Amino acid sequence: MKRYVLVRALYSVVTLWLLVTIIFGLVRLTGDPVAMKAEAGADAAYVAQLRQSWGLDQPLHWQYLGFVGRLLRGDFGHSFEKSLPVRDIYFERLPNSLKLGFAAFLISIVLGVPFGMLSALKVNSVWDNTGKGIALLGLSMPGFFVGLILIIVFGIELRWLPVLGKGSSAFVGSAPSTWLTFWFRDWAHLAMPAFALGWYFSGAMLRITRSGMLDVLGSDYIKLVRLKGVPEAVVVAKHALKNSMIPVLTFAGLNLLIMVNVAVVIEVIFNWPGVGQLLYDALSNRDFPMVQGVVLMSGLMIVLLNFTIDVLYGCVDPRIRLSR
Amino acid sequence: MATIPIGAEGRIAAVRAARRGYRVLRELPMVPLVILTVLAAVAVLAPVLAPHGKLDPVKPTREQCVAKFGAGDCPYVDNAPPFWSAGGRLDTPLGTDFLGRDVLSRLMYGARISLIVALTGTLFAGAIGTVLGVLAGYMGRWWDQIIMRITDAWLTLPSLAFAILLSSVRGPGLWNVVLILALVFWSRYSRAVRGEVLALRERDFVKLAEINGIGKLTIIRRHLIPNVMNTVMVLFSLQVGVAVIIEASLSFLGVGVPPPEPSWGLLMAQERESLLEGRWWLEVFPGICITMLVLSANMLGDWLRVHLDPQLRNR
Repeated sequence: MKRYVLVRALYSVVTLWLLVTIIFGLVRLTGDPVAMKAEAGADAAYVAQLRQSWGLDQPLHWQYLGFVGRLLRGDFGHSFEKSLPVRDIYFERLPNSLKLGFAAFLISIVLGVPFGMLSALKVNSVWDNTGKGIALLGLSMPGFFVGLILIIVFGIELRWLPVLGKGSSAFVGSAPSTWLTFWFRDWAHLAMPAFALGWYFSGAMLRITRSGMLDVLGSDYIKLVRLKGVPEAVVVAKHALKNSMIPVLTFAGLNLLIMVNVAVVIEVIFNWPGVGQLLYDALSNRDFPMVQGVVLMSGLMIVLLNFTIDVLYGCVDPRIRLSR
Repeated sequence: MATIPIGAEGRIAAVRAARRGYRVLRELPMVPLVILTVLAAVAVLAPVLAPHGKLDPVKPTREQCVAKFGAGDCPYVDNAPPFWSAGGRLDTPLGTDFLGRDVLSRLMYGARISLIVALTGTLFAGAIGTVLGVLAGYMGRWWDQIIMRITDAWLTLPSLAFAILLSSVRGPGLWNVVLILALVFWSRYSRAVRGEVLALRERDFVKLAEINGIGKLTIIRRHLIPNVMNTVMVLFSLQVGVAVIIEASLSFLGVGVPPPEPSWGLLMAQERESLLEGRWWLEVFPGICITMLVLSANMLGDWLRVHLDPQLRNR
């Protein structure tokens, strides 16, 4: 087990290093970090000064070493707009995004998993076709379109739900009283963005649940359980469900991270002050370090999550941890 | 023994061909094909079909000017409603936008942008990914290790985050979006193609080719690439939908196709204020267009997957 964890950790480190290198290389190969700040025709002296202040006038290998070195010390760069460390701004916004992400995550599971199971249990029935239809629509309707329709219906025509913002509750790191209350207030503000965000992922979730369930239901041990005369409900609830949930949970974890970090368009539409809106603001303020920092953060979180999932798999399944 | 009259073979063959053709036709996924054909036709024929230009405001009638501005002459009437509401007219069936431009015409030209960007972007991604995947799978050893580690690292980042990062250094622009799509999505292909090639290279026809001393490049070109095309086609059609959404998202955020080009995502972004003023149609029409395109691409992809991938035939 120890060996397995070590190998996985090594893989994660290599992936992380490659990721950082790819980002560094691509950014410099395809464009110019300064191009964003200084438009075409900008004063040459100003551009030169920008390059110098970002260290872009140095040779590439020095730039690269400096970049990796700063990342290793946990320094994700300084925001251009606010002259604060990117990391601090990011973590200030993170609770809002987590709240939205968790809510959307729950919605995607509540919509996706039961329908997916129903689809798999009654293959090629009306239920299955409805489920497939929902999944297809979920994957085809962009979240921002769903969000705009929700705004039209519930925000503007019916006036049931607030259209913009996250409400008055805030997560303040220095005030412990907000740590808990933050999550349970202002659900009216949360409802529409969470649904719009969860909608897209519920389609994917439905498909994964369905195919996972079909795999398990076709396996030999389920046939044996059925041969013993166990009632179908018990077969599904006790024997099939647990095993079919493994891929679903893996996928769900990744989805959660994506929802937290890349809900850019939804957050912009609903004016939700999370990480996604941070990314958008950085884009429109031409704040390259901020964009890069947020993207690096999401990459880091995903690599860590993959590592955790691998280790958990290893704990659960000896076949996996002994294969190497 | 039944005798077939001379000259009838041709007719029988023709009947059989017709039957086979009919069977194939009946199995084809009609809904997505029809939608895609219509969208493609609209995109190609946009200059002919569109009632107005994509950038010029529609010349309003005297009555409209009087109704809106109280003057007999005005350069344009902005935010005209679609034809079924009061104040709308058949000349601009889906209304006009905030600069008095015809929404229907702009949507038609928008189909061009979406299709060009999504198709070429996905095509480039597919080409890069296929070549790298075949190299990794067939050359093995260092090629495999290096290419697949890079692919794995590439796959960890969410595609939208990657696209946003790249667009922040490229800036807005149609071909920039194509480049970004190609750079973001190639890793999907290389992963799938490599797996396929690992199985293919153990097959007899590849082994025989190797024994006959045929060069590696020829084997890749003649034997491997044609055999992975099924997988690539399936992935391609499924990726087109994702590419359309990414393009729309980037345009929505202002780093995709720049104004005044009528990208559907951009149209939605530009009309967010009119939404709060009750003119919902300006948001909904481009949204419906995006959904239709992505939906039909996904349906076609699912159909191809079921029919081209033997492992999935029973799903």
